[in-house]
Amino acid sequence: MEPERGEAPPPPCPEPPVSPDALAFDDDEEDLEVFSKDASLAEANPFSPLIPTSPLSMINHYKFEDEPGLRDLFITVDDPESHITAIETFITYRVVTKTSRSEFDSSEYEVRRRYQDFLWLKSRLEEAHPTLIIPPLPEKFIMKGMVERFSEEFIETRRRALQKFLSRIADHPTLTFNEDFKIFLTAQAWELSSHKKQGPGLFSRMGQTVRAVASSVRGGVKNRPEIFMEMNDYMEIFTQKINLLDKISHRIYKEERDYFHEMKEYGPIHTLWSASEEDLVDSLKGVANCIDKCCKATEKRMTGLSENLLPVIHEYILYSDILMGVLKRRDQIQVELESKVDALSNKKAEKDLLREEIGKLEDKVECANNALKADWDRWKQTMRYDMKSAFTNVAESNLQYYEQCLASWESFLTSQTVDLHLEEDSEDRP
Amino acid sequence: MEDCLLKKIEISVSEAEKRTGRNAVNMQETYTAYLIETRAVESQTEGQCSPVDSLWRRYSEFELLRNYLLVTFSHIVVPPLPEKRAEFVWHKLSADNMDPDFVERRRIGLENFLLRVASHPILCQDKIFYSFLTQEGGWKEMVNETGFQLKADSRLKALSATFRVKNPDKRFTELKHYSDELQSVISHLLRVRARVADRLYGVYKVHGNYGRVFSEWSAIEREMGDGLQSAGHHMDVYSSSIDDILEEEEHYADQLKEYLFYAEALRAVCRKHELMQYDLEMAAQDLTSKKQQCEELATGTVKTFSLKGMTSKLFGQETPEQREAKIKVLEEQIHEGEEQLKSKNLEGRDFVKTAWADIERFKEQKNRDLKEALISYAVMQISMCKKGIQVWTNAKECFSKM
Repeated sequence: MEPERGEAPPPPCPEPPVSPDALAFDDDEEDLEVFSKDASLAEANPFSPLIPTSPLSMINHYKFEDEPGLRDLFITVDDPESHITAIETFITYRVVTKTSRSEFDSSEYEVRRRYQDFLWLKSRLEEAHPTLIIPPLPEKFIMKGMVERFSEEFIETRRRALQKFLSRIADHPTLTFNEDFKIFLTAQAWELSSHKKQGPGLFSRMGQTVRAVASSVRGGVKNRPEIFMEMNDYMEIFTQKINLLDKISHRIYKEERDYFHEMKEYGPIHTLWSASEEDLVDSLKGVANCIDKCCKATEKRMTGLSENLLPVIHEYILYSDILMGVLKRRDQIQVELESKVDALSNKKAEKDLLREEIGKLEDKVECANNALKADWDRWKQTMRYDMKSAFTNVAESNLQYYEQCLASWESFLTSQTVDLHLEEDSEDRP
Repeated sequence: MEDCLLKKIEISVSEAEKRTGRNAVNMQETYTAYLIETRAVESQTEGQCSPVDSLWRRYSEFELLRNYLLVTFSHIVVPPLPEKRAEFVWHKLSADNMDPDFVERRRIGLENFLLRVASHPILCQDKIFYSFLTQEGGWKEMVNETGFQLKADSRLKALSATFRVKNPDKRFTELKHYSDELQSVISHLLRVRARVADRLYGVYKVHGNYGRVFSEWSAIEREMGDGLQSAGHHMDVYSSSIDDILEEEEHYADQLKEYLFYAEALRAVCRKHELMQYDLEMAAQDLTSKKQQCEELATGTVKTFSLKGMTSKLFGQETPEQREAKIKVLEEQIHEGEEQLKSKNLEGRDFVKTAWADIERFKEQKNRDLKEALISYAVMQISMCKKGIQVWTNAKECFSKM
């Protein structure tokens, strides 16, 4: 499952490897269109089965991601606004795109989008690339917890997640050139509505689902390649672990919050006490002050957790669902092939037609597999990077917390022992 | 150090042991006995070690000793005993008297009590105290023979004195207020501290789960595996570090508790003063009324209403001889009363003087001890922070290798 270091396996299909950089300057709209859609469109163009990119260009792309200077598409999501109509209330977000790509008419776009629009984009991407890993969208609404649908907290969390969603698409070597993505970023509201009404839409999605259900009823795929078995096994365990991490992290947040509340009450008691102790005023107020500082430090630590770790873990919980879905869809494509192969061995007539269909499906399976393999490697790398940053962040946040607390207690101690020395000196004098 | 017993002998409560025995109603019970060791202070010139004497005492005997001291030295702020039952317990701490941690902390508290008494210039000279430390058998009988229980003032009497006394010394009234405030603020502090401890425990312990999950997760990760695994180990270290931290904090809580209980000792001295003052006021009042009665009888004028006076009016006057006799009795009583009042006055002033000296001594001790306790609390916090920094630095390094 892990790519061999430094080696790029030869592309299984005869097309030359297509790097995104090359495409960026490609004026041929046709190639772009074809490139951005996945192998299911091999039906329209049976003679050019496509690999989205070769692993070699994939490696280039990692550098591409790490060096923001090379990025040519920047997206921000902000400015949530409430809209109230007779029928419903909803929120729109401002989506600002800055780009130097030539296929964009302008270098800057500003549009307003609502959650529904994001959902539309995601489903279009899933249709176009059933075996690519489409980034997760924040959930429709949160069932657990006491977060109100339109509370500030909820909106902010959602805003961040939506921005993450779009930037992940922008960073994806294939998805970034998707036409619907471009339209999403650039079209005015009415343009988007009319565009939405075209296209396969609801029925093709249903078709996919029907096929998926049918294939699972049929008993599923027969000869799942080893690599995808491994992926499946991995995802099962990963899903388990990421959910556990989510529970643990939320629990830690809760405990820290409760600790914060108790500390808030703890400090002032010392100040209260100092009112009846003439000789201990400095010591008691000093302690109260330290506790207060630790309190503030705890608050920062909590914020670190809720802004850095929790959203990342949550995103990967959603990712684990997505990945299981992608694996299923890949299986489904293989099932289609397998069922046709079975049909071939059973039916005497229509052999030629079947053979032709089988040929197409074999290509389809191969492309789907390659797409997934490449995207899987990419996803693993991203996950590793994200987890590493998130947890390193947590460690850093804790370090800052302890360092702040240490500083305040040490300065208190110094003030107290200085006093003691002064007292001792004055006692020594006759 | 003032001149006291501690200059002559070393005292320690070195061990605690579970015992079973039969109690007063012949039922089997389990209790803890504490070993008190004493040793003469070594002389400077010789390297010889003086022999250690030891005997076992249980908590109830300590209580008996203290009650004796309270009655016998009512003008002294008598050091308190460690708590009878565990209070201000945060949830992981046991409230069980048999719990080894509780027993250990109690052992320390009892030793502290003995050292406090032994370092008190007045209390340390008491023979009963000395026998408590050195005489194994027959001590209980000795204490009871002093008849101190009889000398003890009744609770009811003390209560009524509190309400009815007219002119207590202002300083004692203030002291009473102070001790109420002290008790209230320390209880509050200890309660919240216990809750803070509880929460802190929670934060640390939940991190332990990271250790387990990281370890399980590392099994499916090739590149991230090592980093995860070692980070997990540090999470375990972090999580288990809280146990020692909170155990140390209990000692700090015990230091505060001692002063919580000292508040009660202060109030006891105030109560004694009120009682003596009330007694004095009553005696003075009694004397005044007797003098007045005497005057009325002597001059024949009735200034004050009295039942006797009314009945004698109704049923006839007394004879002059009867009146003379009465006057004579009254004069004797007045004389006695004046003597008593004088001695009571003297007693009262003496009490106020010695009590106040001890209270000043107590105040200085309290200021020193509490300041030191707060400093030791800061030291504990610093140590906790340093441990935290170390663990998270290690964890951060492991995460960066993921």
